[in-house]
Amino acid sequence: MNEKMSQAPLLEVKHLRKLFPAKSGFLSKEKTFIKAVDDVSFTLMPRETLGVVGESGCGKSTMGRSVLRLIQPTSGEILYKGQDFMKLSGADLRRVRSEMQIIFQDPYASLNPRMTVGEIIAEPLNIQKKYSSKEETRDHVVKAMEVVGLNPKYYTRYPHEFSGGQRQRIGIARAIVLEPSLIVCDEPVSALDVSIQSQVLNLLKDLQSSMGMAYIFISHNLSVIKHISDRVMVMYLGHVVEMAKKTELFSNPSHPYTQALMSAIPLPERHSKRKKIILQGDLPSPANPPSGCIFHTRCFMAQEICSTQKPELKDIGGGHYCACHFCGKCQQGE
Amino acid sequence: MGEKILEVKHLKTYFHTDAGLSRAVNDVSFSVEKGKTLGIVGESGCGKSITSLSIMGLVEIPPGEIAGGEIIFEGEDLLKKSEDEMNKIRGKKIAMIFQEPMTSLNPVFTIGQQITEALMLHETLTKKQARERGIEMLKMVKIPLAEKRFDEYPHQLSGGMRQRVMIAMALCCNPDLLICDEPTTALDVTIQAQILELINELKEKTGTSVMMITHDLGVIAEVADDVMVMYAGKVVEHATGDQIFEKPMHPYTEGLMHCIPKLDDDDTQRLSVIEGMVPSFDDMPAGCAFCPRCPEARQICRERMPELAEAQGRMVRCFKYTQEWEESGE
Repeated sequence: MNEKMSQAPLLEVKHLRKLFPAKSGFLSKEKTFIKAVDDVSFTLMPRETLGVVGESGCGKSTMGRSVLRLIQPTSGEILYKGQDFMKLSGADLRRVRSEMQIIFQDPYASLNPRMTVGEIIAEPLNIQKKYSSKEETRDHVVKAMEVVGLNPKYYTRYPHEFSGGQRQRIGIARAIVLEPSLIVCDEPVSALDVSIQSQVLNLLKDLQSSMGMAYIFISHNLSVIKHISDRVMVMYLGHVVEMAKKTELFSNPSHPYTQALMSAIPLPERHSKRKKIILQGDLPSPANPPSGCIFHTRCFMAQEICSTQKPELKDIGGGHYCACHFCGKCQQGE
Repeated sequence: MGEKILEVKHLKTYFHTDAGLSRAVNDVSFSVEKGKTLGIVGESGCGKSITSLSIMGLVEIPPGEIAGGEIIFEGEDLLKKSEDEMNKIRGKKIAMIFQEPMTSLNPVFTIGQQITEALMLHETLTKKQARERGIEMLKMVKIPLAEKRFDEYPHQLSGGMRQRVMIAMALCCNPDLLICDEPTTALDVTIQAQILELINELKEKTGTSVMMITHDLGVIAEVADDVMVMYAGKVVEHATGDQIFEKPMHPYTEGLMHCIPKLDDDDTQRLSVIEGMVPSFDDMPAGCAFCPRCPEARQICRERMPELAEAQGRMVRCFKYTQEWEESGE
């Protein structure tokens, strides 16, 4: 851990914002915006895994894609290895992008059905013009297939001939073939059966220890996040509500939303003594977020101040950030 | 043993496909006791959903075929019923909640029209009475502003709300059996917690028996009295919830329990895995369907399919708990 601290960060994201224009009235000139990602800042060290957790619509996927500029962020700063990633364009952007890859959630939709497995995995190499000869490209594709546990004899097969777990391996092979230093994993195991899910999680961990890339691992599943992350960021309605080292977050969850999220997971054990916090109501619409603290409409701790004043994301000790007026006080209340 | 509301005996549901015959449900027997919840768990393709569709008489024939067995509900075999008779049972005595609340509601009818449809069909009510009952049901599943929601369309509701509407529709005729097919899989965890609490609460209140189909052992642990684990169209273990979570006996159940990451695990360790994947129906191994992935498989497992037999007070389909295992000692 100390070694990591002394290194320069791989990625620094500052005040990242992504607004999507929402439909306005037919004649109205006033435009409304959906704040999908609102003021998100974090740093990522080389070889580190940052877990991003939250429910649907919290902006975690938009955040992941904005960091790679697959979606152009509205504002904010992204520093990749110290250089301003937001200002790059054309050939420079393409060059830096070769070090960043993404693995998508749906292994059925993210592979082109008309390309063979070999072509799919070779595509990043071809786009980046890595190798001039076909043989060399092929060798690297075969190597990537072996690394992720795909039999190279499937080189000429098509995606539909594979099961979900194997397709996800193809997606992973495509992501690692350029030997990137950052991979955004956007819900990579949510579409898989549990027995396959554990295989893919182990594979991702093994690849990280052998190839040394950093992950931004996005998932709605806290148990998966806990298994794979070094640090965890909890998002709600486009905001970061809590961020801390994994052990700290799970032993001392300080935001009421994090606590509710943890207690809501059904555990495979009987007669669990855990007290459940059941949140009332639904996620508010991001087009019309609540005033003050965005979570106050569903919060079991909410006081008057919460509906009027927005809590800052502040360090409550040892790099544990929490955005709540009553940080640390809710444990006493329990 | 309490009173059995549903008894499925040797059910076989097959599908005729271009690639050959798929034995989606292959000789499955179980029963649901009155007022109890039976959890059916397994991975995709294990036959858990087809089992429930067979009970409801919703398997499309062809390509499907009920190749054998009996489904005894309140003393009568549902498989011998005509379509008209089934229509009177479906929705009235047996109701079902599907996984996708987005696609199982009709987008061109209001919530109210869809709820009262079942009521008007099965009970002699005036429109006004049906409306009152419908709103009452929406209140029971804790939909805020029920009177207003009653006249709204599905797209105006969130996912969790739609699933509540589905539950209200399913329960409006006081069914004796409620089949829930992955009712919370499409929902967020905090909403899932609300829905599970609701299903448990309503079960207490109405005394309905529940069949809960899911791939999530966590959901099973919270709601099920009895648990049936399926693999490749067959029941591999059937036990009480307490038994199965205390000590899973079938190697597949055990593998399933161990491969989920848990919040209190030591996460520096690798996850334990079940190697390989579920065999496809045209490539079924000889012998036990699980043996290619089983860490304990012996020669005998590759030769014959073990019977579902009683062992330590529950039913398990594994040679490990038979006399033959001792004799085959390797």
